[in-house]
Amino acid sequence: MMLVSSLRRASHAPWFTSMVTVVLLVIMLLAGAAGYDGFLSPQVMLNLLIDNAFLLVVAIGMSFVILSGGIDLSVGSVLALTTMVAAFLLQHWHWPPLLVMVTVLLMGAGFGAAMGAMIHYFKLQAFIVTLAGMFLARGLCYLISIDSITIDDPFFTAMSQTRIEFAGLFISPSVVIALIVLAVAIWMAHGTRFGRAVYAIGGSESSAMLMGLPVARTKVLVYAFSGFCASVGGLLFSFYMLSGYGLHAQGVELDAIAAVVIGGTLLTGGYGYVAGTLTGVLILGVIQTLIAFDGSLSSWWTKIFIGALLFVFCVAQRIISLGALRGKPAGSAKAAPVGASAGFSKLS
Amino acid sequence: MSASMDSKLIPDAATHAGGAGWTALLRHPLVRPLAALALLLLIDFLLVPGFFRLEIKDGHLYGALIDIVNRAAPLMLAALGMTLVIATRGVDISVGAVVAISGAVAAILIGGKMVVVNGVPEYVSNVPMVWALAAAMGAALLCGAWNGVLVAGLGLQPIIATLILMVAGRGLAQLLTDGQIVTVYYKPFFFLGGGYLFGLPFSLYIAVGMFLLLALLMKKTALGLFIESVGINPVASRLAGIRTAALIFFVYMFCSACAGLAGLMIASNIKSADANNAGLLLELDAILAVTLGGTSLAGGKFSLVGSVIGALIIQTLTYTIYSLGVPPEVNMVVKSIVVFLVCLSQSPQFRRMLRMSKS
Repeated sequence: MMLVSSLRRASHAPWFTSMVTVVLLVIMLLAGAAGYDGFLSPQVMLNLLIDNAFLLVVAIGMSFVILSGGIDLSVGSVLALTTMVAAFLLQHWHWPPLLVMVTVLLMGAGFGAAMGAMIHYFKLQAFIVTLAGMFLARGLCYLISIDSITIDDPFFTAMSQTRIEFAGLFISPSVVIALIVLAVAIWMAHGTRFGRAVYAIGGSESSAMLMGLPVARTKVLVYAFSGFCASVGGLLFSFYMLSGYGLHAQGVELDAIAAVVIGGTLLTGGYGYVAGTLTGVLILGVIQTLIAFDGSLSSWWTKIFIGALLFVFCVAQRIISLGALRGKPAGSAKAAPVGASAGFSKLS
Repeated sequence: MSASMDSKLIPDAATHAGGAGWTALLRHPLVRPLAALALLLLIDFLLVPGFFRLEIKDGHLYGALIDIVNRAAPLMLAALGMTLVIATRGVDISVGAVVAISGAVAAILIGGKMVVVNGVPEYVSNVPMVWALAAAMGAALLCGAWNGVLVAGLGLQPIIATLILMVAGRGLAQLLTDGQIVTVYYKPFFFLGGGYLFGLPFSLYIAVGMFLLLALLMKKTALGLFIESVGINPVASRLAGIRTAALIFFVYMFCSACAGLAGLMIASNIKSADANNAGLLLELDAILAVTLGGTSLAGGKFSLVGSVIGALIIQTLTYTIYSLGVPPEVNMVVKSIVVFLVCLSQSPQFRRMLRMSKS
């Protein structure tokens, strides 16, 4: 009885959904360890980070967008465009790598800012604007070249092959970059005015406006940050693949959204933790690793598992938010269907 | 006196009425999509030799226009379903996955075994084709019911609810086909997406039939009105006694049914089921077609004719780009710019800004 009531109390705490994810991750790791030899070795865990560093960075940008109550469907294409532009500038125009990296990062941030400005100033839906952005970025890739461009720049190759070793284990420089981005993002979300404005806008944009928060600037910055993160992800991806290609990273926007949702951020905005996104990305990685370890399951099971997890988390979020409604007094439990029908009007 | 007044009044009234008629006509929501389509056709007329030429070969009509209409048919179906969903303030991004699933189910069940009858090799289907088609449509309806329950029952945001099926659905289709492209050898199945009836592509009849059925349902019953009212204000509609949840459920079922039919058409046209690529990004084209047709993404008023025209615009655009020898990849850039322009033209804030910069 004590346990039930404390669980119920815990379910109202803001960190609850994120904690559920951590518990799920631990369960999956233990299940993997029980089923397969060598699953829980430290290097396998680090490989999770190495293989998903780019996804982590992209998902961090997506977390901010979703926390602000929006969505960004263009991240996968911006990632591909980054690999393409970087490869083109390096291989055909022979720009120095540093200049290339600065250029593509500015390009990603500018792309995001332009979309954010359209969303805010012209009151367009985030979903349709970023959808068009997704087409545009993918199309621009093909305008540069329809073939894959191999990168043989010494700096990029070095980033690809360097192994940072410690205690017999190793990680790639990409992991370090991704973790730095994560740390900065956590600080931005919880330690800066910008972060508090993002949460406030996600909670209620009109309230945030009435409170005098810089809604316009924050919203544009959120999409700019997401575009920036997509470009950082694109650079990490080109370190990983050593090529630029228009077909790179198809469907990464869905993986990123899935990681954010599984990480416990509420899709209606204003509720969740950027750190939860790390857990979400790791869960997606563990699913892939489990399937790779099993060997008998085909790759499409990954999609089915991710879909199933998304389902479970969305339903759980819904029940929690309905529960929060019921927690309030005076007939608001009966108003749940109203909340249900109002809930879907928010995003699309 | 009175006569002169009359004579003065009448032409005045007539010109006034005429003017009002013209502006009303120009303000008609279908003018812009029709103008866009006409512009594209004009470009084709000027730049593609023999674009409007129609020939009769083997008793069928052949020509660029027929080709466009035939290829636009699946998109028209998907756009019709999407129109209703968008009218209720929703969106269904699982259309492509449903296309893959229904195509996979049909292809597996029909398949085609070679049997030698009287010394002539012949392909027969694994199960009777009617059952296979029914099963494929059943699978599509199941998908629709799933989306409907998530949106109407659980109150998830439509984009997220259908995202689940979008991710998992293609996985399921690949599971069904074991990751392979399943080829169909059974001839009657090809009629659906590649056959001709009275000289016109059969797929066109399906799309037009679906359009007429829907138009009749919307005009002759209160369904259209209910859908609009749910889109304009879900809470008020529910309080006014409209069964909002049932309506939304129906709309998602219908959208998936359209997608399933489109999937059968595509599978029949390419004579196989490709779980990876069938209907890839079809949902985006369908949303684009609906927007081009003048239906606002904010829900409410919708135009079925507009969506059909939108689908034709997209297919004509694709055809034009191909026939002008521009790399087909440019298509995506053009499409995205079109979406930006259409969205901006729908934004009151943008129009106000234009007006201010003019004055």
